[in-house]
Amino acid sequence: MTVTVQIPSALRRHTGGAGKVSCSPANLSELFSVLDQQFPELKPHLRDEAGEVRRFLNVYVNEEDIRFLGGNSYAFQDGDEVLLVPSIAGG
Amino acid sequence: MSYELRCRECGKSWGNEPRSICNDCFSPLEVFYDYDSLRGPVTRERISARAPNMWRYAELLPLPQNFRLTIPTGFTPLLEAPRLAREFGAKTLLLKNDAVCLPSLSFKDRVVAVALAQARNFGFDTVACSSTGNLANAVAAQAARNGFQAWIFIPADLEPAKILGTQVFGARLVRIAGSYDQVNRLCSQIADERPWGFVNVNLRPYYAEGSKTVGFEIAEQLGWRLPDNVVVPMAGGSLITKIKKAFDELVLLGLVEPKPVKIFGAQATGCSPISTAVKAGAKEIEPQKPATLARSLAIGNPADGHYALKTIRNSGGWAEDVSDPEVVESIQLLAQTEGIFTETAGGVTVGCARKLYQQGRIRPDETTVLCITGNGLKTTDVLAGKYDAEEAIRPRVADFEAFLEKTLADEGRLPETVEA
Repeated sequence: MTVTVQIPSALRRHTGGAGKVSCSPANLSELFSVLDQQFPELKPHLRDEAGEVRRFLNVYVNEEDIRFLGGNSYAFQDGDEVLLVPSIAGG
Repeated sequence: MSYELRCRECGKSWGNEPRSICNDCFSPLEVFYDYDSLRGPVTRERISARAPNMWRYAELLPLPQNFRLTIPTGFTPLLEAPRLAREFGAKTLLLKNDAVCLPSLSFKDRVVAVALAQARNFGFDTVACSSTGNLANAVAAQAARNGFQAWIFIPADLEPAKILGTQVFGARLVRIAGSYDQVNRLCSQIADERPWGFVNVNLRPYYAEGSKTVGFEIAEQLGWRLPDNVVVPMAGGSLITKIKKAFDELVLLGLVEPKPVKIFGAQATGCSPISTAVKAGAKEIEPQKPATLARSLAIGNPADGHYALKTIRNSGGWAEDVSDPEVVESIQLLAQTEGIFTETAGGVTVGCARKLYQQGRIRPDETTVLCITGNGLKTTDVLAGKYDAEEAIRPRVADFEAFLEKTLADEGRLPETVEA
Protein backbone atom coordinates (compact mmCIF):
# COMPACT_ATOMS: atom_id res chain seq x y z
CA MET A 1 0.00 0.00 0.00
CA THR A 2 1.56 3.27 -1.11
CA VAL A 3 0.42 6.83 -0.56
CA THR A 4 1.92 9.83 -2.38
CA VAL A 5 2.31 13.05 -0.42
CA GLN A 6 2.78 16.32 -2.32
CA ILE A 7 5.04 18.78 -0.57
CA PRO A 8 4.32 22.51 -1.17
CA SER A 9 7.25 24.35 -2.74
CA ALA A 10 7.80 26.45 0.39
CA LEU A 11 8.66 23.31 2.35
CA ARG A 12 10.79 21.53 -0.23
CA ARG A 13 13.99 22.93 1.19
CA HIS A 14 13.32 20.64 4.15
CA THR A 15 12.79 17.57 1.96
CA GLY A 16 16.02 17.86 -0.03
CA GLY A 17 14.01 19.40 -2.87
CA ALA A 18 11.59 16.50 -3.14
CA GLY A 19 8.10 17.58 -4.24
CA LYS A 20 6.58 14.14 -3.76
CA VAL A 21 7.10 11.61 -1.03
CA SER A 22 5.91 8.00 -1.17
CA CYS A 23 5.13 6.18 2.06
CA SER A 24 2.77 3.62 3.60
CA PRO A 25 1.06 5.09 6.65
CA ALA A 26 -2.19 3.57 7.95
CA ASN A 27 -3.69 6.90 8.96
CA LEU A 28 -3.04 10.62 9.33
CA SER A 29 -1.20 10.33 12.61
CA GLU A 30 1.15 7.76 11.09
CA LEU A 31 1.63 9.89 8.02
CA PHE A 32 2.97 12.75 10.12
CA SER A 33 5.16 10.32 12.09
CA VAL A 34 6.65 9.03 8.84
CA LEU A 35 7.34 12.59 7.66
CA ASP A 36 8.84 13.46 11.07
CA GLN A 37 11.27 10.56 10.80
CA GLN A 38 12.13 10.97 7.16
CA PHE A 39 12.53 14.78 7.30
CA PRO A 40 13.34 15.92 10.84
CA GLU A 41 13.73 19.51 9.60
CA LEU A 42 10.14 19.47 8.36
CA LYS A 43 8.68 18.56 11.73
CA PRO A 44 8.64 22.02 13.38
CA HIS A 45 6.85 23.38 10.31
CA LEU A 46 4.08 20.81 10.44
CA ARG A 47 3.65 20.57 14.20
CA ASP A 48 3.40 23.17 16.95
CA GLU A 49 5.34 23.17 20.22
CA ALA A 50 2.85 20.77 21.77
CA GLY A 51 3.33 18.33 18.89
CA GLU A 52 -0.11 19.02 17.40
CA VAL A 53 -0.47 19.37 13.64
CA ARG A 54 -0.60 23.08 12.93
CA ARG A 55 -4.01 24.72 12.79
CA PHE A 56 -3.59 26.36 9.40
CA LEU A 57 -2.35 23.26 7.64
CA ASN A 58 -5.08 21.49 5.68
CA VAL A 59 -4.72 17.90 4.50
CA TYR A 60 -6.51 16.68 1.39
CA VAL A 61 -6.87 13.10 0.17
CA ASN A 62 -7.67 12.79 -3.53
CA GLU A 63 -8.92 16.40 -3.51
CA GLU A 64 -11.19 15.97 -0.48
CA ASP A 65 -10.50 17.62 2.87
CA ILE A 66 -9.54 14.75 5.18
CA ARG A 67 -11.87 16.15 7.86
CA PHE A 68 -14.79 15.12 5.64
CA LEU A 69 -13.36 11.60 5.40
CA GLY A 70 -13.17 11.09 9.14
CA GLY A 71 -9.94 12.96 9.88
CA ASN A 72 -7.65 10.88 12.05
CA SER A 73 -9.87 7.82 11.69
CA TYR A 74 -9.51 7.75 7.88
CA ALA A 75 -7.62 4.61 6.73
CA PHE A 76 -5.40 5.40 3.75
CA GLN A 77 -6.02 3.35 0.59
CA ASP A 78 -3.43 2.24 -1.91
CA GLY A 79 -2.79 5.01 -4.42
CA ASP A 80 -4.16 7.87 -2.29
CA GLU A 81 -2.77 11.27 -3.24
CA VAL A 82 -2.26 13.44 -0.19
CA LEU A 83 -1.93 17.23 -0.42
CA LEU A 84 -0.62 19.49 2.32
CA VAL A 85 -2.08 22.96 1.73
CA PRO A 86 -2.07 26.05 3.92
CA SER A 87 -5.59 27.38 4.49
CA ILE A 88 -6.45 30.45 2.49
CA ALA A 89 -9.72 32.27 2.11
CA GLY A 90 -11.43 34.97 0.14
CA GLY A 91 -14.49 34.97 -1.97
CA MET B 1 8.33 51.72 4.19
CA SER B 2 6.20 51.99 7.30
CA TYR B 3 4.65 48.51 7.06
CA GLU B 4 5.73 44.89 6.73
CA LEU B 5 4.39 41.35 6.80
CA ARG B 6 4.62 39.39 10.02
CA CYS B 7 3.36 35.98 11.02
CA ARG B 8 0.20 36.27 13.09
CA GLU B 9 1.19 33.32 15.26
CA CYS B 10 4.98 33.18 15.60
CA GLY B 11 5.65 36.87 14.89
CA LYS B 12 8.41 36.29 12.35
CA SER B 13 8.97 39.24 10.01
CA TRP B 14 8.82 38.59 6.26
CA GLY B 15 9.39 42.12 4.96
CA ASN B 16 7.28 42.94 1.92
CA GLU B 17 6.89 40.28 -0.74
CA PRO B 18 4.11 38.30 -2.43
CA ARG B 19 3.51 35.76 0.30
CA SER B 20 0.59 34.89 2.53
CA ILE B 21 1.91 32.06 4.69
CA CYS B 22 4.70 31.88 7.22
CA ASN B 23 7.12 29.25 5.96
CA ASP B 24 8.05 28.42 9.52
CA CYS B 25 4.66 27.61 10.98
CA PHE B 26 2.18 27.73 8.06
CA SER B 27 0.16 30.47 9.77
CA PRO B 28 -1.25 33.47 7.90
CA LEU B 29 0.73 36.68 7.56
CA GLU B 30 -0.63 40.07 8.59
CA VAL B 31 0.44 43.61 7.68
CA PHE B 32 1.97 45.45 10.65
CA TYR B 33 2.47 49.22 10.61
CA ASP B 34 4.80 51.58 12.38
CA TYR B 35 1.99 53.35 14.21
CA ASP B 36 4.37 55.67 16.08
CA SER B 37 5.37 57.29 12.80
CA LEU B 38 1.69 57.80 11.87
CA ARG B 39 0.48 59.40 15.10
CA GLY B 40 1.48 62.96 14.20
CA PRO B 41 0.82 63.12 10.45
CA VAL B 42 -2.55 61.34 10.38
CA THR B 43 -5.29 63.64 11.66
CA ARG B 44 -9.06 63.86 11.18
CA GLU B 45 -8.62 67.18 9.40
CA ARG B 46 -6.10 65.86 6.88
CA ILE B 47 -8.22 62.81 6.10
CA SER B 48 -11.47 64.79 5.83
CA ALA B 49 -9.88 67.26 3.39
CA ARG B 50 -9.12 64.47 0.90
CA ALA B 51 -11.25 63.18 -1.97
CA PRO B 52 -14.20 60.96 -0.96
CA ASN B 53 -12.74 57.53 -1.69
CA MET B 54 -10.91 54.84 0.28
CA TRP B 55 -7.49 56.28 -0.60
CA ARG B 56 -8.08 59.05 1.96
CA TYR B 57 -6.81 56.47 4.49
CA ALA B 58 -3.64 55.81 2.48
CA GLU B 59 -1.31 55.89 5.50
CA LEU B 60 -3.24 53.00 7.05
CA LEU B 61 -3.10 50.89 3.89
CA PRO B 62 -0.12 48.89 2.61
CA LEU B 63 0.39 50.95 -0.54
CA PRO B 64 3.67 50.94 -2.46
CA GLN B 65 5.50 54.20 -3.04
CA ASN B 66 4.74 54.05 -6.75
CA PHE B 67 0.97 53.85 -6.07
CA ARG B 68 -1.14 55.75 -8.57
CA LEU B 69 -4.90 56.16 -8.13
CA THR B 70 -6.83 54.76 -11.10
CA ILE B 71 -10.27 54.14 -9.57
CA PRO B 72 -12.02 56.19 -6.84
CA THR B 73 -13.14 53.10 -4.92
CA GLY B 74 -15.01 53.21 -1.64
CA PHE B 75 -16.48 55.95 0.55
CA THR B 76 -19.89 54.47 -0.02
CA PRO B 77 -22.93 55.98 1.75
CA LEU B 78 -23.69 55.36 5.41
CA LEU B 79 -27.45 55.74 5.48
CA GLU B 80 -29.98 56.02 8.27
CA ALA B 81 -32.58 53.28 7.93
CA PRO B 82 -35.66 54.49 9.83
CA ARG B 83 -38.22 52.27 8.10
CA LEU B 84 -36.13 49.11 8.48
CA ALA B 85 -35.49 50.16 12.09
CA ARG B 86 -39.23 50.32 12.69
CA GLU B 87 -39.56 46.76 11.37
CA PHE B 88 -36.95 45.64 13.89
CA GLY B 89 -38.29 47.77 16.75
CA ALA B 90 -34.98 49.66 16.67
CA LYS B 91 -34.12 53.33 16.95
CA THR B 92 -30.70 54.04 15.50
CA LEU B 93 -30.02 51.69 12.62
CA LEU B 94 -27.62 52.52 9.80
CA LEU B 95 -26.62 50.79 6.57
CA LYS B 96 -23.12 50.84 5.13
CA ASN B 97 -24.07 50.52 1.49
CA ASP B 98 -21.34 48.78 -0.50
CA ALA B 99 -23.96 47.68 -3.00
CA VAL B 100 -22.80 50.85 -4.77
CA CYS B 101 -19.05 50.44 -4.31
CA LEU B 102 -17.06 51.25 -7.46
CA PRO B 103 -16.22 49.85 -9.91
CA SER B 104 -17.98 46.47 -9.61
CA LEU B 105 -20.66 47.01 -6.95
CA SER B 106 -19.37 45.07 -3.97
CA PHE B 107 -16.97 45.60 -1.06
CA LYS B 108 -14.49 43.37 -2.88
CA ASP B 109 -13.48 46.40 -4.92
CA ARG B 110 -11.73 47.69 -1.81
CA VAL B 111 -9.54 44.63 -1.31
CA VAL B 112 -8.73 44.22 -4.98
CA ALA B 113 -7.69 47.86 -5.27
CA VAL B 114 -4.99 47.32 -2.64
CA ALA B 115 -3.97 43.93 -4.05
CA LEU B 116 -3.47 45.31 -7.56
CA ALA B 117 -1.41 48.22 -6.26
CA GLN B 118 0.96 45.63 -4.80
CA ALA B 119 0.71 43.38 -7.88
CA ARG B 120 2.11 46.25 -9.95
CA ASN B 121 4.75 46.94 -7.33
CA PHE B 122 5.91 43.30 -7.35
CA GLY B 123 6.08 43.28 -11.14
CA PHE B 124 3.24 40.87 -11.94
CA ASP B 125 1.61 41.32 -15.34
CA THR B 126 -1.05 38.67 -14.63
CA VAL B 127 -3.44 38.69 -11.69
CA ALA B 128 -5.76 35.89 -10.61
CA CYS B 129 -8.19 34.83 -7.91
CA SER B 130 -10.48 32.10 -6.69
CA SER B 131 -13.92 33.57 -6.22
CA THR B 132 -17.52 33.08 -5.27
CA GLY B 133 -18.41 35.84 -7.73
CA ASN B 134 -18.00 39.32 -6.34
CA LEU B 135 -14.23 39.00 -6.17
CA ALA B 136 -14.24 37.69 -9.75
CA ASN B 137 -16.07 40.83 -10.90
CA ALA B 138 -13.76 43.12 -8.94
CA VAL B 139 -10.54 41.52 -10.19
CA ALA B 140 -11.76 41.39 -13.79
CA ALA B 141 -12.88 45.03 -13.81
CA GLN B 142 -9.83 46.44 -12.08
CA ALA B 143 -7.42 44.29 -14.10
CA ALA B 144 -8.92 45.79 -17.26
CA ARG B 145 -8.65 49.30 -15.87
CA ASN B 146 -5.05 48.79 -14.80
CA GLY B 147 -3.76 46.81 -17.78
CA PHE B 148 -3.30 43.38 -16.18
CA GLN B 149 -4.11 40.01 -17.69
CA ALA B 150 -6.62 38.21 -15.46
CA TRP B 151 -7.33 34.55 -14.72
CA ILE B 152 -10.44 33.98 -12.65
CA PHE B 153 -11.30 30.63 -11.03
CA ILE B 154 -14.90 30.05 -9.94
CA PRO B 155 -17.26 27.20 -9.03
CA ALA B 156 -18.95 26.26 -12.32
CA ASP B 157 -22.51 26.89 -11.09
CA LEU B 158 -22.20 30.55 -10.05
CA GLU B 159 -25.00 33.01 -10.76
CA PRO B 160 -25.09 33.93 -14.49
CA ALA B 161 -24.78 37.67 -13.77
CA LYS B 162 -21.55 37.11 -11.87
CA ILE B 163 -20.14 35.00 -14.71
CA LEU B 164 -21.10 37.54 -17.36
CA GLY B 165 -19.89 40.36 -15.13
CA THR B 166 -16.45 38.74 -15.19
CA GLN B 167 -16.22 37.79 -18.85
CA VAL B 168 -17.27 41.21 -20.13
CA PHE B 169 -13.98 42.68 -18.88
CA GLY B 170 -11.94 40.28 -21.00
CA ALA B 171 -10.80 38.14 -18.08
CA ARG B 172 -10.08 34.46 -18.70
CA LEU B 173 -12.63 32.50 -16.74
CA VAL B 174 -11.92 29.01 -15.43
CA ARG B 175 -15.09 27.24 -14.30
CA ILE B 176 -14.33 24.42 -11.90
CA ALA B 177 -16.68 21.49 -11.39
CA GLY B 178 -16.61 21.72 -7.63
CA SER B 179 -17.28 23.87 -4.58
CA TYR B 180 -15.54 27.13 -3.77
CA ASP B 181 -13.38 25.34 -1.22
CA GLN B 182 -12.14 23.05 -3.98
CA VAL B 183 -11.50 26.03 -6.27
CA ASN B 184 -9.61 27.67 -3.45
CA ARG B 185 -7.46 24.62 -2.80
CA LEU B 186 -6.67 24.31 -6.51
CA CYS B 187 -5.67 27.98 -6.66
CA SER B 188 -3.26 27.60 -3.78
CA GLN B 189 -1.61 24.77 -5.74
CA ILE B 190 -1.49 26.83 -8.94
CA ALA B 191 -0.21 29.90 -7.09
CA ASP B 192 2.57 27.72 -5.74
CA GLU B 193 3.89 27.14 -9.27
CA ARG B 194 2.97 30.15 -11.43
CA PRO B 195 4.35 33.69 -11.41
CA TRP B 196 0.92 35.26 -11.03
CA GLY B 197 -0.42 37.69 -8.49
CA PHE B 198 -3.25 35.75 -6.90
CA VAL B 199 -5.05 38.48 -4.99
CA ASN B 200 -6.40 36.12 -2.32
CA VAL B 201 -3.42 33.77 -2.17
CA ASN B 202 0.06 35.27 -2.45
CA LEU B 203 -1.18 38.89 -2.25
CA ARG B 204 -3.66 38.04 0.48
CA PRO B 205 -2.18 39.96 3.44
CA TYR B 206 -2.20 43.21 1.42
CA TYR B 207 -5.57 42.47 -0.16
CA ALA B 208 -7.26 41.83 3.17
CA GLU B 209 -6.17 45.24 4.50
CA GLY B 210 -8.47 46.91 1.97
CA SER B 211 -11.43 45.72 4.04
CA LYS B 212 -10.37 48.03 6.87
CA THR B 213 -11.65 50.98 4.87
CA VAL B 214 -15.22 49.82 5.61
CA GLY B 215 -14.47 50.36 9.29
CA PHE B 216 -12.64 53.66 8.78
CA GLU B 217 -15.53 55.03 6.76
CA ILE B 218 -18.19 53.93 9.25
CA ALA B 219 -16.35 55.78 12.02
CA GLU B 220 -15.70 58.92 9.97
CA GLN B 221 -19.26 59.02 8.64
CA LEU B 222 -20.61 58.74 12.19
CA GLY B 223 -18.70 61.95 12.93
CA TRP B 224 -15.46 60.27 14.04
CA ARG B 225 -16.99 57.97 16.57
CA LEU B 226 -17.48 54.23 16.81
CA PRO B 227 -20.90 52.56 16.70
CA ASP B 228 -22.19 50.33 19.50
CA ASN B 229 -22.66 47.34 17.17
CA VAL B 230 -21.78 46.23 13.67
CA VAL B 231 -23.36 43.28 11.85
CA VAL B 232 -21.06 41.80 9.23
CA PRO B 233 -21.61 38.94 6.77
CA MET B 234 -19.03 36.16 6.99
CA ALA B 235 -17.65 33.92 4.27
CA GLY B 236 -13.91 33.39 4.79
CA GLY B 237 -14.20 35.52 7.93
CA SER B 238 -11.70 38.19 6.91
CA LEU B 239 -13.94 41.29 6.64
CA ILE B 240 -15.21 41.06 10.21
CA THR B 241 -11.67 40.89 11.63
CA LYS B 242 -10.54 43.82 9.47
CA ILE B 243 -13.42 46.04 10.57
CA LYS B 244 -12.32 45.39 14.13
CA LYS B 245 -8.69 46.13 13.20
CA ALA B 246 -9.81 49.41 11.61
CA PHE B 247 -11.64 50.50 14.77
CA ASP B 248 -8.60 49.57 16.88
CA GLU B 249 -6.25 51.55 14.63
CA LEU B 250 -8.45 54.65 14.79
CA VAL B 251 -8.38 54.44 18.59
CA LEU B 252 -4.62 53.85 18.58
CA LEU B 253 -4.03 56.96 16.47
CA GLY B 254 -6.37 59.06 18.61
CA LEU B 255 -8.81 59.65 15.75
CA VAL B 256 -11.79 58.33 17.73
CA GLU B 257 -12.52 57.91 21.43
CA PRO B 258 -12.02 54.36 22.70
CA LYS B 259 -15.29 52.50 23.01
CA PRO B 260 -16.31 48.85 23.14
CA VAL B 261 -17.96 47.84 19.88
CA LYS B 262 -19.86 44.58 19.75
CA ILE B 263 -19.07 42.68 16.58
CA PHE B 264 -21.83 40.43 15.19
CA GLY B 265 -21.32 37.89 12.42
CA ALA B 266 -23.96 36.77 9.92
CA GLN B 267 -24.06 33.55 7.89
CA ALA B 268 -26.54 31.49 5.91
CA THR B 269 -27.63 28.39 7.84
CA GLY B 270 -26.65 26.24 4.84
CA CYS B 271 -23.06 27.38 5.25
CA SER B 272 -22.53 28.40 8.84
CA PRO B 273 -19.22 27.02 10.14
CA ILE B 274 -18.41 30.23 12.04
CA SER B 275 -21.84 30.98 13.54
CA THR B 276 -22.16 27.32 14.53
CA ALA B 277 -18.85 27.52 16.41
CA VAL B 278 -19.87 30.80 18.11
CA LYS B 279 -23.20 29.37 19.26
CA ALA B 280 -21.66 26.12 20.45
CA GLY B 281 -18.89 27.87 22.36
CA ALA B 282 -16.41 25.82 20.31
CA LYS B 283 -12.71 26.61 20.14
CA GLU B 284 -12.21 25.53 16.56
CA ILE B 285 -14.18 25.75 13.33
CA GLU B 286 -15.55 22.53 11.84
CA PRO B 287 -15.68 22.77 8.04
CA GLN B 288 -19.03 22.27 6.28
CA LYS B 289 -20.23 21.40 2.79
CA PRO B 290 -22.13 24.52 1.74
CA ALA B 291 -25.76 24.22 0.65
CA THR B 292 -27.21 27.72 0.39
CA LEU B 293 -28.35 30.14 -2.28
CA ALA B 294 -26.12 32.76 -0.65
CA ARG B 295 -23.33 31.78 -3.00
CA SER B 296 -21.10 34.73 -2.17
CA LEU B 297 -20.87 33.43 1.41
CA ALA B 298 -20.60 29.73 0.54
CA ILE B 299 -17.18 29.01 2.00
CA GLY B 300 -17.33 25.88 4.12
CA ASN B 301 -13.74 26.00 5.29
CA PRO B 302 -13.15 29.63 6.29
CA ALA B 303 -9.43 30.32 6.63
CA ASP B 304 -10.02 33.33 8.87
CA GLY B 305 -12.78 31.58 10.79
CA HIS B 306 -10.52 31.09 13.79
CA TYR B 307 -9.83 34.83 13.98
CA ALA B 308 -13.43 35.77 13.24
CA LEU B 309 -14.52 33.59 16.16
CA LYS B 310 -12.04 35.30 18.46
CA THR B 311 -13.03 38.77 17.26
CA ILE B 312 -16.72 38.14 17.88
CA ARG B 313 -16.17 36.58 21.30
CA ASN B 314 -13.71 39.15 22.59
CA SER B 315 -16.07 41.96 21.58
CA GLY B 316 -19.03 40.52 23.47
CA GLY B 317 -20.86 40.02 20.19
CA TRP B 318 -22.56 36.97 18.74
CA ALA B 319 -23.22 35.24 15.44
CA GLU B 320 -26.45 34.17 13.83
CA ASP B 321 -27.53 32.43 10.66
CA VAL B 322 -30.69 32.45 8.55
CA SER B 323 -32.40 30.03 6.18
CA ASP B 324 -32.56 30.56 2.42
CA PRO B 325 -36.22 31.71 2.52
CA GLU B 326 -35.28 34.24 5.21
CA VAL B 327 -32.43 35.48 3.01
CA VAL B 328 -34.84 36.15 0.14
CA GLU B 329 -37.45 37.79 2.42
CA SER B 330 -34.74 40.00 3.87
CA ILE B 331 -33.58 41.10 0.42
CA GLN B 332 -37.19 42.11 -0.30
CA LEU B 333 -37.60 43.79 3.08
CA LEU B 334 -34.48 45.94 2.65
CA ALA B 335 -35.52 46.93 -0.86
CA GLN B 336 -39.08 47.82 0.18
CA THR B 337 -38.15 49.72 3.34
CA GLU B 338 -34.98 51.52 2.34
CA GLY B 339 -34.70 51.39 -1.43
CA ILE B 340 -31.51 49.32 -1.43
CA PHE B 341 -31.36 46.22 -3.59
CA THR B 342 -28.75 43.93 -2.12
CA GLU B 343 -27.55 40.51 -3.12
CA THR B 344 -27.89 37.37 -1.03
CA ALA B 345 -25.10 38.31 1.38
CA GLY B 346 -26.98 41.50 2.25
CA GLY B 347 -30.11 39.41 2.80
CA VAL B 348 -28.12 37.28 5.22
CA THR B 349 -26.98 40.36 7.14
CA VAL B 350 -30.46 41.90 7.35
CA GLY B 351 -32.06 38.58 8.33
CA CYS B 352 -29.49 37.94 11.05
CA ALA B 353 -29.85 41.50 12.35
CA ARG B 354 -33.58 40.94 12.75
CA LYS B 355 -32.86 37.83 14.83
CA LEU B 356 -30.29 39.64 16.95
CA TYR B 357 -32.83 42.37 17.77
CA GLN B 358 -35.47 39.74 18.56
CA GLN B 359 -33.06 37.94 20.87
CA GLY B 360 -32.23 41.18 22.66
CA ARG B 361 -28.56 40.80 21.82
CA ILE B 362 -28.76 44.16 20.03
CA ARG B 363 -30.73 46.75 21.98
CA PRO B 364 -33.04 49.18 20.19
CA ASP B 365 -31.43 52.39 21.45
CA GLU B 366 -27.89 51.43 20.47
CA THR B 367 -26.22 52.72 17.30
CA THR B 368 -26.02 49.70 15.02
CA VAL B 369 -24.50 49.48 11.54
CA LEU B 370 -25.35 46.71 9.09
CA CYS B 371 -22.74 46.04 6.41
CA ILE B 372 -24.45 45.62 3.05
CA THR B 373 -21.63 44.23 0.94
CA GLY B 374 -23.05 43.58 -2.53
CA ASN B 375 -25.61 44.47 -5.19
CA GLY B 376 -28.89 42.69 -5.84
CA LEU B 377 -28.65 42.98 -9.63
CA LYS B 378 -26.02 40.24 -9.49
CA THR B 379 -28.30 37.65 -7.87
CA THR B 380 -31.73 38.33 -9.37
CA ASP B 381 -32.23 34.59 -9.91
CA VAL B 382 -33.07 34.12 -6.21
CA LEU B 383 -36.16 36.30 -6.74
CA ALA B 384 -37.43 34.19 -9.64
CA GLY B 385 -41.18 33.64 -9.28
CA LYS B 386 -41.54 36.23 -6.51
CA TYR B 387 -43.18 38.85 -8.73
CA ASP B 388 -45.79 38.51 -11.47
CA ALA B 389 -45.10 39.80 -14.94
CA GLU B 390 -47.99 42.27 -15.23
CA GLU B 391 -50.28 41.94 -18.21
CA ALA B 392 -49.84 44.68 -20.81
CA ILE B 393 -52.70 47.17 -21.15
CA ARG B 394 -53.68 49.33 -24.09
CA PRO B 395 -52.41 52.96 -24.00
CA ARG B 396 -55.78 54.32 -22.86
CA VAL B 397 -56.72 56.14 -19.65
CA ALA B 398 -59.79 53.95 -19.23
CA ASP B 399 -57.63 50.84 -19.36
CA PHE B 400 -55.30 52.29 -16.78
CA GLU B 401 -58.23 53.17 -14.48
CA ALA B 402 -59.48 49.60 -14.70
CA PHE B 403 -56.00 48.27 -14.04
CA LEU B 404 -55.57 50.56 -11.01
CA GLU B 405 -58.90 49.47 -9.57
CA LYS B 406 -58.05 45.81 -10.02
CA THR B 407 -54.57 46.19 -8.57
CA LEU B 408 -55.80 47.99 -5.45
CA ALA B 409 -58.66 45.54 -5.04
CA ASP B 410 -56.18 42.64 -5.26
CA GLU B 411 -54.21 44.31 -2.49
CA GLY B 412 -57.40 44.69 -0.47
CA ARG B 413 -57.39 48.47 -0.74
CA LEU B 414 -60.10 50.87 -1.88
CA PRO B 415 -59.47 52.83 -5.07
CA GLU B 416 -58.52 56.48 -4.54
CA THR B 417 -61.00 59.12 -5.60
CA VAL B 418 -59.46 61.45 -8.17
CA GLU B 419 -60.62 65.04 -7.77
CA ALA B 420 -61.99 66.51 -10.97
